[in-house]
Amino acid sequence: MDTSLDRRQWLAGAGAFLLTSSAWGKPRHAMPTSVVFPFPDGVGERPITTAFPQKGPMVLQRTRPPLLETPFAVFDEGVLTPVDQFYVRWHWAVIPTQVDAESFRLNVHGQVDRNLSLSLKDLLAFPEYEITAVNQCSGNSRGFFAPRVAGGEWGNGAMGNARWTGVRLKDVLDRAGVKGGAVQVRFDGLDQPVVADGPDFKKSLDVDHARDGEVMIAYAMNGKPLPLLNGFPLRLVVPGWYATYWVKMLSDIEVLDQPDDNFWMKTAYRIPDTPFADMKPGETGVKTVPINKMVPRSFVTNIEQGAKVRHGRSTPIRGIAFGGDTGVAKVEFSGDGGKTWHATQLGRDEGKYSFRRWDAHFAPQVPGEYTLMVRCTNSAGATQPDTPNWNPSGFMRNVIEATPVTAV
Amino acid sequence: MKAAHALLLLLPMIASTPVIGAAPVLPKSVSVNLPDGLDPFPGPGAEAINGNCLGCHSSDMVLNQPPLTKDAWHAEVAKMIQTYKAPVAEKDVDAIVDYLVRTKGKP
Repeated sequence: MDTSLDRRQWLAGAGAFLLTSSAWGKPRHAMPTSVVFPFPDGVGERPITTAFPQKGPMVLQRTRPPLLETPFAVFDEGVLTPVDQFYVRWHWAVIPTQVDAESFRLNVHGQVDRNLSLSLKDLLAFPEYEITAVNQCSGNSRGFFAPRVAGGEWGNGAMGNARWTGVRLKDVLDRAGVKGGAVQVRFDGLDQPVVADGPDFKKSLDVDHARDGEVMIAYAMNGKPLPLLNGFPLRLVVPGWYATYWVKMLSDIEVLDQPDDNFWMKTAYRIPDTPFADMKPGETGVKTVPINKMVPRSFVTNIEQGAKVRHGRSTPIRGIAFGGDTGVAKVEFSGDGGKTWHATQLGRDEGKYSFRRWDAHFAPQVPGEYTLMVRCTNSAGATQPDTPNWNPSGFMRNVIEATPVTAV
Repeated sequence: MKAAHALLLLLPMIASTPVIGAAPVLPKSVSVNLPDGLDPFPGPGAEAINGNCLGCHSSDMVLNQPPLTKDAWHAEVAKMIQTYKAPVAEKDVDAIVDYLVRTKGKP
């Protein structure tokens, strides 16, 4: 399939071949009023809300502090996720609703030669840096865990891909002058705990990672200022790593001479130190580490579960994939539940941390039930697993996705 | 003549401008309103959960949870108190867990 198809053609293609009525590719005014995720144990219905500032239609997971999921149909529109439908996730409900662009300051302190207090204007004077990268919640797809676990019960839409514009964190740290003996760099935003002694949300990276020249401070996504709920005016961008590190409303950078032992590093956002962060329910004594690099995933975006397709003809199947902490090497498609796999055509490479579009065809010869599957292998050779992982926090799901369809 | 000369001088600059090239613009101040998220928990026996839990989060977060066992609900309430320092009255803990088990329980 021609990867240069524009959105209108892309949508027309879907309409021509699909018999079912679905949300895929429909214009926004046709957005349904609710969605139902096919979670085990149910409790999958969520309203679609337009009540949040600077945001379009979003799946409402929690009103306060906001957890807003990107409706999955949005991922069929292209590899860059629209800013106004980019998912939203906050830990504490004390979120400033006003940010003054003149008086805002980003402070840098700790193990540095000189403390900095940078205005937005100061930051804009640094060399501009830009990267396209996927931001994915550690708990994206948590609702599909079996057995279920408590937490934000996301479908697959707690992720998004944007072109982030800003400055390299390295350049800012170099301006401050990182002292020898620095171990980690800790990031804090303007949000605060509701209760005074609650743990303020802070995250840390090793100093070498922080200075790798890719970790950056973004002031724009897809060429627009960040919506407040996505971290206005500044957000840390940690390409290839889970979004917990991408601190929003970034206002404070502290260079540490000890490993950070704050709650959000030492206790929360930990994963079993096992392949795919997998363990058995009830298993104890499992060594844990802070969640870190993302793993490959891929999704069909133009066909919903239970869709009807015609037998005896070819239906275009398409979607998105990402490699996690490195690029997409290949995406394979199966129309027979994983018995046979076929290469797909990859779309334009927007950089190794970006979503990558893929295209395939499905041509069932006889009517019946079929299971579509898609599998991404990244350029380091890591492939999505056949069986789902499990851990009590519901982190790092990346099992091969299955989409049952009926050929009529 | 002078204008043409200036244009010639500019050309190499235009040519070397990266595709992303527009000079960054100072973002404008932002002021928004967020939904208050104060809808109470529904049904009978919700006084304790409404009185203790809505300070930190809206009720939809809880109502969207899967069915959990009584032990699991007890652990969730304990986590809110011990880890996140929720000022939940000790005398209300049982009533909160009872509500959760009644509305979101699993054998």
